[in-house]
Amino acid sequence: MHALATHALRLGDDALILGQRLSEWCGHAPALEIDLSLANIALDCVGQATHFLALAGALEGQGRDADRLAFHRDVMDFTNCLLVEQPNGDFAQTIARQFFFAHYQHLLFERMQAVQDERFAAIAAKAVKETAYHAKLAGEWVIRLGDGTEESRARMERGLDWMWRFTGELFAMDEIDSAAIDAGAGVDKAALHPLWDARIGAVLAEAGLAPPAPHRPVLGGRIGRHSEHLGHLISDMQFLQRAYPGATW
Amino acid sequence: MSDPSQEWPLWEVFVRGKGGLSHRHVGSVHAADAQMALAHARDTYTRRMEGVSLWVLPSAEITASDPGEADALFAPAEDKVYRHPTFYTIPDHIKHI
Repeated sequence: MHALATHALRLGDDALILGQRLSEWCGHAPALEIDLSLANIALDCVGQATHFLALAGALEGQGRDADRLAFHRDVMDFTNCLLVEQPNGDFAQTIARQFFFAHYQHLLFERMQAVQDERFAAIAAKAVKETAYHAKLAGEWVIRLGDGTEESRARMERGLDWMWRFTGELFAMDEIDSAAIDAGAGVDKAALHPLWDARIGAVLAEAGLAPPAPHRPVLGGRIGRHSEHLGHLISDMQFLQRAYPGATW
Repeated sequence: MSDPSQEWPLWEVFVRGKGGLSHRHVGSVHAADAQMALAHARDTYTRRMEGVSLWVLPSAEITASDPGEADALFAPAEDKVYRHPTFYTIPDHIKHI
């Protein structure tokens, strides 16, 4: 597969899998208003996924569109990072994942909107506003829960601890990332890491929470080595197309 | 539902549709603090491009008129149609009035 197609596929898969995860809260959130908050973020993610997957399909040139890529690939073909496939857990665990990922995505799209390749720049320019809000919303919840009751603080700490080991992968670079940078469509993710640390650290300090202890990053998502959680998510997400291939409405 | 005293307080939400218009009351949300109320108002009431600005205020801060006093408060205005500026002839070329 074309390196740029893989680059687009990874960006699309991150957004798609997180959107699907967040939508699992629909009808189950702690309050009606939070139900809407999480569903709104999920819809932003699915929108980003639609753009990136359509681009991946076009770059690949095999006639696959966004739906084909979303609903007709098997687990090992997904290239999302491990963070986004992690289970929702309780609300604090979901917020921890959102907090880490939204800040990464926001830093990434801030830079990607200025890359030479207009297709990637245009999607990033639209998404950067969405991710600014996701990062703000998640950060406010981290502060509220961290600085709240004994129980909310303990849950927030558990959520951050659970998600922390998957954050290193966000900034890992490989030959696809290098090729994307060379083609004017990628961002040096490694250079974002210290900026991300600073933004995360500032919010955690306000919440009165210590940053989790350093952890060797868990890798593998980008090359299709996923946790056991992704298969279940995908079987849910792809159920309709597997049961009724080609169904439309 | 759980014990009502444990629920988040209610906030009234006002949306400005576009620059130049005043904020209009659109509904209410539950939230633990003002920032959360703004976020919930944004996610509940501006999903379809309804506005460019939001106000939230605690519902408990609203002082309402007593429905039992409605006659005393509002009936006296009923027979004072002269308070409407409808007795003037407006020239055709005046557009914005």
